[in-house]
Amino acid sequence: MTTTPVRDDVAVRVRGLTKRYAEKVAVDGVDLDVRRGEVLALLGPNGAGKTTVVEMLEGYRRRDRGEVSVLGQDPGHADRRWRSRIGIVLQSSADNAELTVVELVRHFAGFYPAPRDPDQVIAWVGLEAKRGTRTRALSGGQRRRLDVALGVIGNPELLFLDEPTTGFDPEARRAFWALITALRADGTTIVLTTHYLDEAERLADRLAVISSGRLVEVARPADLGGRHQRDATVVWTDEGGRHEIRTATPTGTVAGLSTKFSGEVPGLQVLRPTLEDVYLSLISRTASTQTDDGDPR
Amino acid sequence: MTTPTRTQSTDPAPTYRPASDRPATAGALRVGAARAGIEVKTFFREKDAVVFVFAFPVIMLGIFATVFGGDDGEAFRVGGVSVPFPQYFLPGMLAAGIMLSSFQSLAISISIERDDGTLKRLRGTPMPPISYFLGKIGLVLATSLAQIALLLGVAALAFDVELPSEPSRWATFGWIFALGTAAGTVLGIGFSSVPRSGRSAPAVVTPVVLVLQFISGVFFAFNDLPTWMQRVAEIFPLKWMAQGMRSVFLPPELEAGEVSGSWQHGPTVLVLTVWLLVGLVLCLRTFRWSRRDAG
Repeated sequence: MTTTPVRDDVAVRVRGLTKRYAEKVAVDGVDLDVRRGEVLALLGPNGAGKTTVVEMLEGYRRRDRGEVSVLGQDPGHADRRWRSRIGIVLQSSADNAELTVVELVRHFAGFYPAPRDPDQVIAWVGLEAKRGTRTRALSGGQRRRLDVALGVIGNPELLFLDEPTTGFDPEARRAFWALITALRADGTTIVLTTHYLDEAERLADRLAVISSGRLVEVARPADLGGRHQRDATVVWTDEGGRHEIRTATPTGTVAGLSTKFSGEVPGLQVLRPTLEDVYLSLISRTASTQTDDGDPR
Repeated sequence: MTTPTRTQSTDPAPTYRPASDRPATAGALRVGAARAGIEVKTFFREKDAVVFVFAFPVIMLGIFATVFGGDDGEAFRVGGVSVPFPQYFLPGMLAAGIMLSSFQSLAISISIERDDGTLKRLRGTPMPPISYFLGKIGLVLATSLAQIALLLGVAALAFDVELPSEPSRWATFGWIFALGTAAGTVLGIGFSSVPRSGRSAPAVVTPVVLVLQFISGVFFAFNDLPTWMQRVAEIFPLKWMAQGMRSVFLPPELEAGEVSGSWQHGPTVLVLTVWLLVGLVLCLRTFRWSRRDAG
């Protein structure tokens, strides 16, 4: 077992993490650090190995090779004290259908040595009006917020969120983002997986892109795939049709066009690669030919 | 859908306490008691479970006693002794009830909980694993005791069955109940790994229990069954539980009417204990917190 000092500013340290299933290598030599207080988003197509990585960090799955230290301990030999320091929000669930929101949150609070106040947590995730409602009667978004309430009730130092907002409407997603932002402000380290690039860009300090079990890149959202250095595309439309120029100096290009058209450039747009463009080019470069419809569980 | 207002959701997260302030993790017994409370609540909110586990033996007792009881209320004769049908069926229904409340109830519910993620979620918390099983034991005790009280009440009040008054008979009842529930509980936990999914669990578990009820002398007099069927039933616990319950609730004269001519208390203890140990080993070796396909 690896032990690191409590004041260590690394919450998660992963070296050479490898997991094999009978027919394929699901996770292949991943190196990753998550700093304390940081929000790290794990991105990647279905079947890329996101959930497998996260579940090895949570102590649910055994690794075949590599070193993992989560809050200074090996999750493979996790004890109850360690479990009381982490919070887990698994992929969408349908368990405990007959219990009410308040019954579940109070019950789970009883598992932890220093839980948050159940009523406060219920109010905080916005389920106050649904306190007495059985889980089976909650909408998808409400159900997910209950999952988060159960994930944070133990007052975790480190919170794992696996695809927390899948199936949310835009309003529910915004509300959910606010919850995560508040947790981050409170000092909670967060590791989340998501398919939504806007979500990752909005919430995460750093993005880790995983494809075919390999870590492709770890970077700040603005820097991913050398995004900040990428050429811009200047587009305009005149009688001759649509024109575009790729350039590293778009301001100069626009100034030139402005002179040419003596003022207003018709249909002017300056385009930078979006996070989605960068992400898609990253994962296609690693020639991911995954066709599975989901991560192996 | 109601979404939290902006003020609500931008509130700072409820207070964080650093790790060093935390007292030792919660006690396994206290958490086990909380689990038992949650289990009982969940059980009685699931109408399927209440009908097919809890009320089933009572319903069957009512049907059999009414159909076969007839007007004269006379039924089962051995030598010069006759026993009313409701009294003859009661021991079998008690044994079946114990099996339903322990084996069937746990085999189905744990299988579903493994499939729907209940177990996985619990495993990710500092809940002591033993507390989960303590909760299940609490559930079995609560449901089977309530079921027995209901059966005895219905038998005594609706069908005028005279309940025994000798303490020695209730002592016999006590150990059959204890051994039967214990064996049923561990075997139910073990068997929960057999169904491939939660959805198929009732279809896999219910027939096993139903067949055992038919061949173990619960619905029919054990003596009337073909010999080979009696031999098969003797392998399993239910036959012994039913026979033991007959020794509690039937007049001593009927002991001669048993296939072996005896209530066989010794062999009953032996068979139930062996099943208890087999079940315990199965649980320890096969219990999983996540689905079979998880790595």
